[in-house]
Amino acid sequence: MATFSTNEFKGGLKIMLDNDPCSIIENEFVKPGKGQAFNRVRIRNLKTGRVIERTFKSGDTVEGADVVDKDMQYLYNDGEFWHFMVPDTFEQYQADKNAVGETIKWLKEQDMCILTLWNDSPLSVTPPNFVELTITETDPGLKGDTSGGGGKPATLESGAVVRVPLFVQIGEMIRVDTRTGEYVSRVKD
Amino acid sequence: MTEPWRPAAELRQLRQRAQLLAAIRQFFAQRDVLEVETPLLCRATGTDPNLDFFTSQFHSPPHYSTLFLQTSPEFAMKRLLAAGSGSIYQICKAFRNGEAGRFHNPEFTILEWYRVGFDLQQLMDETAELLLSLLRNSMPPLSIRQTSYQQMFAEVTGLDALAFDRSDYADFAKAHNLVDADGLCRDDHALWLDFLFSHCVQTVMPKQVVFLVYDYPAIQSSLARLNRQDARTSERFEVFINGIELGNGFFELSDAAEQSARFEREIGYRQQQGLPAVVKDQLFLDALQSGLPDCSGIAIGIDRLLMIVSGCQTIEQVLAFPISNA
Repeated sequence: MATFSTNEFKGGLKIMLDNDPCSIIENEFVKPGKGQAFNRVRIRNLKTGRVIERTFKSGDTVEGADVVDKDMQYLYNDGEFWHFMVPDTFEQYQADKNAVGETIKWLKEQDMCILTLWNDSPLSVTPPNFVELTITETDPGLKGDTSGGGGKPATLESGAVVRVPLFVQIGEMIRVDTRTGEYVSRVKD
Repeated sequence: MTEPWRPAAELRQLRQRAQLLAAIRQFFAQRDVLEVETPLLCRATGTDPNLDFFTSQFHSPPHYSTLFLQTSPEFAMKRLLAAGSGSIYQICKAFRNGEAGRFHNPEFTILEWYRVGFDLQQLMDETAELLLSLLRNSMPPLSIRQTSYQQMFAEVTGLDALAFDRSDYADFAKAHNLVDADGLCRDDHALWLDFLFSHCVQTVMPKQVVFLVYDYPAIQSSLARLNRQDARTSERFEVFINGIELGNGFFELSDAAEQSARFEREIGYRQQQGLPAVVKDQLFLDALQSGLPDCSGIAIGIDRLLMIVSGCQTIEQVLAFPISNA
């Protein structure tokens, strides 16, 4: 894998740090007029998702991380692994519980996700920004209430729980923003 | 995305720059300080291992020689002082290779001035006056604070900047989540000070205050004299606004032998670290030998000052054409 000098640091660059793959969020060149130059960097650890701040001496080099994002279709869960496929090549990948993480609650078979691969194995799974899922459980709503004020919890087929307006019923399909976990609208067939 | 041929700065910033330069010239005219010009292309350059320079080739067949783009006009201006110019100032470009970032462009504008007969306190006062007059329309108004490096450092870190104890420094760094500090700085006291001052002290300086930090540790004396009362410190100050380093002032070293020894040390360090080689500026040393009058001098970064005047967050916003589309 290539090495990168601090001069090449910029947002989005993937590097290895403490044996973990990381992504640079922000890079700031810090140099006193009469002193040593540093690069102060905000970095996301792609394994843990944690954001940390680190400092390098300007001119130092670090090893790059072989990290790529790929669009894949979610196929199924076999009890231990979640299986995904690259539509063009039919190449399949299996992600473990760690890699799937919180995304688990949005996964629906056939949906397209982004898999982040490190050395060709899944590191994390990002769901689509919007998913359409069926409600499997919620309190019966009040008839005639279309205001949407208040709301109630509803469990979706994938296991996620979101707040929905009172008029939304079991069996209906709704559109949810996975970035905020918020209800967007009902989906008419 | 704007087209690359267009200026990075808005017209408003270009006007502010013109106003700022006019106000600076008026300030020095009123004080009878002479404006001078010295060459950007020089036969020698500074030895400071932390400054990387640009070189160019002068072709005058059959002779070819290397000329340096100046990293500051200091040596040439001191030659003028030694020749009896009296107090002088200059507004010029300076060049530092490898420096690019939110506060750095490799080509930038310096205001540098020297006051014959001024001690460091007088120069600090004049620097404060200049900055207050240039920023008098800023809201809320600026206040001035003068403090020693040791005191400022201790207030923020609880550490003694003049007495190095690696385990104390490392404990502080660890407690403040600076996990790389000990590995980078090791037993290098000056490097520790650079690290902690830039990461911890500058970042917590209150806004709207002109900080004049004096009595820099002797290990960071650069071209300043050592303090006669306390040899652990030097007659150097720095000025900061909103935590942004604006300038460095010295009670200037005039001892040619001491200057030559500092050059030798830095040239040796460059060799040891595999940095580009430089030679001592002999014309500058000759000028010191002939006699530099007692004087204090300071250089201020005009582009950063303009960032503060205009409220811009990056140096690119105040440059017509920063290095990315120069």
